[in-house]
Amino acid sequence: MSVLDSKIPAGKLSDKWTDYKDHLKLVAPNNRPKIDIIVVGTGLAGASAAASLGEMGYNVKAFCFQDSPRRAHSIAAQGGINAAKNYQNDGDSVYRLFYDTIKGGDYRAREANVHRLAEVSGNIIDQCVAQGVPFAREYGGLLDNRSFGGTQVQRTFYAAGQTGQQLLLGAYSALSRQIGLGRVQMYNRHEMLDLVKVDGKARGIIARNLITGEIERHSAHAVIIASGGYGNVYFLSTNAMGSNVTASWKVHKKGAFFANPCYVQIHPTCIPVHGINQSKLTLMSESLRNSGRIWVPKKKEDAEAIRAGRMRPTDIAEEDRDYYLERRYPAFGNLVPRDVASRAAKERCDAGFGIEANETNEGVYLDFSSEIRSKGKQTAYAQGDHNPSDEKIWDLGKKWVESKYGNLFQMYEKITDENPYETPMKIYPAVHYTMGGVWVDYNLQSTIPGCFVAGEANFSDHGANRLGASALMQGLADGYFVLPYTISDYLANEIRTGKIPTDSPEFEQAEQEVKATINQFLNNNGNRSVDHFHKRLGHIMWNKVGMARNEQGLTEAISEIAALKEEFRRDVFVPGSADELNPELEKALRVADFMDLGQLMAQDALQRKESCGGHFREEYQDAEGETLRDDENFKFAGAWEYTGDNISNSVLHKEELKYEFITIAARNYK
Amino acid sequence: MASKNINITLKIWRQKNVNSKGSMETYKLNDVSTDSSFLEMLDQLNEQLINERQEPIAFDHDCREGICGMCSLFINGEAHGPDRAVTTCQLHMRKFKDGETIYVEPWRAKAFPVIKDLVVDRTAFDRIQQAGGFVSVNTSGNTIDANAIPIPKTDADKSFEAATCIGCGACVASCVNASAMLFVSAKVSQLALLPQGRVEAKQRVLNMVKQMDEEGFGNCTNTGACAVECPKEISLDNIARMNREYMSAMVSAE
Repeated sequence: MSVLDSKIPAGKLSDKWTDYKDHLKLVAPNNRPKIDIIVVGTGLAGASAAASLGEMGYNVKAFCFQDSPRRAHSIAAQGGINAAKNYQNDGDSVYRLFYDTIKGGDYRAREANVHRLAEVSGNIIDQCVAQGVPFAREYGGLLDNRSFGGTQVQRTFYAAGQTGQQLLLGAYSALSRQIGLGRVQMYNRHEMLDLVKVDGKARGIIARNLITGEIERHSAHAVIIASGGYGNVYFLSTNAMGSNVTASWKVHKKGAFFANPCYVQIHPTCIPVHGINQSKLTLMSESLRNSGRIWVPKKKEDAEAIRAGRMRPTDIAEEDRDYYLERRYPAFGNLVPRDVASRAAKERCDAGFGIEANETNEGVYLDFSSEIRSKGKQTAYAQGDHNPSDEKIWDLGKKWVESKYGNLFQMYEKITDENPYETPMKIYPAVHYTMGGVWVDYNLQSTIPGCFVAGEANFSDHGANRLGASALMQGLADGYFVLPYTISDYLANEIRTGKIPTDSPEFEQAEQEVKATINQFLNNNGNRSVDHFHKRLGHIMWNKVGMARNEQGLTEAISEIAALKEEFRRDVFVPGSADELNPELEKALRVADFMDLGQLMAQDALQRKESCGGHFREEYQDAEGETLRDDENFKFAGAWEYTGDNISNSVLHKEELKYEFITIAARNYK
Repeated sequence: MASKNINITLKIWRQKNVNSKGSMETYKLNDVSTDSSFLEMLDQLNEQLINERQEPIAFDHDCREGICGMCSLFINGEAHGPDRAVTTCQLHMRKFKDGETIYVEPWRAKAFPVIKDLVVDRTAFDRIQQAGGFVSVNTSGNTIDANAIPIPKTDADKSFEAATCIGCGACVASCVNASAMLFVSAKVSQLALLPQGRVEAKQRVLNMVKQMDEEGFGNCTNTGACAVECPKEISLDNIARMNREYMSAMVSAE
């Protein structure tokens, strides 16, 4: 019997969550002010949870390492948020969203969790509108929708190309109201450096004040980790510079199992690398694939000519363009799920058809000319001109594209100095999102009682691949509509506990260990900067634990990372002192955790001898290069237990995934 | 456009902490690719300083794609540097010439005290939001359908434009009076243009302006430098709108 109890309720799939909520224990309003809750991270999941719990009357302390809660990387999400509203009358429903998400996850997600997500998706949009989030609207005054990958309905709500920003600012405004009322205490520029457990329960955190360097003890009856994803283990990703795995990793080291770390999403449309000083990769929203068509030249010599600067993409005739996604996947075309699109781009570039003149020749085109012409003509007709000139069509079409994606096109131009209205965008896959994360049960509780995990930091809802516009949905679902219920059930047993003291031996020990680690780094006086090691880790990860993995590469990665970790400890130089703002120290502490995580990811990828979603093993693919799952042997979520500094000794626990309501099939987007 | 490498001189503000005086220090940096962003150039300088066992320069940054509002450098006398409609992290070295001297300072405003080097404290903005930048609606277990209240597209579009403010503070840094009117008016306008925001519109504008004044920002004299430097091109129309809201509230609020 597994030590993992997912606590999925019995009963009909569509009734599980409703019935479950009806029987959860409650905390009466007069008891809530007696209970303290800590929230680490203030992105969509953290801010929405902190705001909702504050509104309910709990004492909440929220922490973020930036200077304001609204800097969390949720702010950068671009394209949209899914909800099963069926406003467009095109076949959407709760069941359809549930099914698309499970299939998109390559049948490696929990049925009940995903169905719940689909059930509350509509409420999320309602709540955001009530908060004053300015979603895009049609001329009749109602909300507009767009398409997104992995589905054939239009269910994505959006705000130009900055939906994440608007949703986060909505949650931040709700959080601000609670802070202003004194119900949430906000600790900006504070980083959680350890979890404190007392009698086996999560009872608080150790946090560092990043300005003064002071190490602080904070206690609570429950701790919520909402610290985001771990894509920065690759150094180059679409994550923000500060995004890290530390809060998740610390709870992992204290007993919270870490599930499916090898499930990493590589997003197909990002701006290619420009050079060795590249600090991060910039996403070009999947929503662009509503309008853009992806292609490479059909002839290899054309690709070479483009790379050498002798030809321009606009010189290549339609018939000489290989719209390879449309060719390979007629039913979904350019809107296949991200892992499928990323691998297809890699396949073309590995075969020699890439068009970017950087070190690796990795780049394909995302072309808007067809859309500009078609929407330009449509606009001309709408204005009453039924015989518009080519020039007018082009001009109106560009304006249409600008109104839908304006900020994205501007971003692209600022970075590349190329005009995407006149020449196709150059794009290439990049690490973007992590489906893996801390293992949680149906209550979003980890294997540590009292430690809950929400948003991208947990592993639960997306299986082996996340569909576009689902991350925003999950973060807000967790924070607004799941945690308030499930955490109350846990806290119902804490109404007589009283304030948790911070002068206990457990807090003392945790504080001393944090201080010792900090001093070790500052006194190390090695020869190389933190970034030097981070970049080397990133190279190993991208090359051997990236889009296409194999046994040899993964085995090498494990030993190379273990060796790099030792070298990092011996030779890193962290300047400055502990009692001031010290960005190098902050980075060192985060990279230390990435070293551990990277090794675990490679180990996880090695044991998973199949291909599913974002985890592609070259040894396990079908004749057409698609993922080949092994449902008989690998239909489980792999949850790793930390047993000590030698990551090779981590223990794998398996949660069997049972599909009672849908039939698992081969994941086909043709 | 092909990239090339340039050599530059940087004069950068260094300040140990809020109690120290601070000064401009000079640094030389060679072989900077014109494809690099400004912050990638600073990363390169910091790597050089670390290898020379000197303390690297502290500056705020995070997303590096123009949306989080953390990066906040005053470059050659302009907030976010010489390009228009970009944040510091979106500014690229192709805007500078080989041999150029570049001046880098933090945001200068009484309401934004310097923490260290180029890092300033902008929590004044958060306190203004806490005073009224929200709709007083709790998370509901029985939400009203999102399409229940149609909103004219023009209002929704204007609200969205105001809502794109990233709270970076360039407006304050650019203003000769260090006024925060562009920021506050953007936040007030977003909600004033939506039916959901009209319910509390009067109290909101009064409370937010009161907090803005208490934070020590200067007054607006309609100079307009803020709108020129704003990386998101937030319009001065928002200031005009907020002034109208404020007058109306002063006259009619309970």
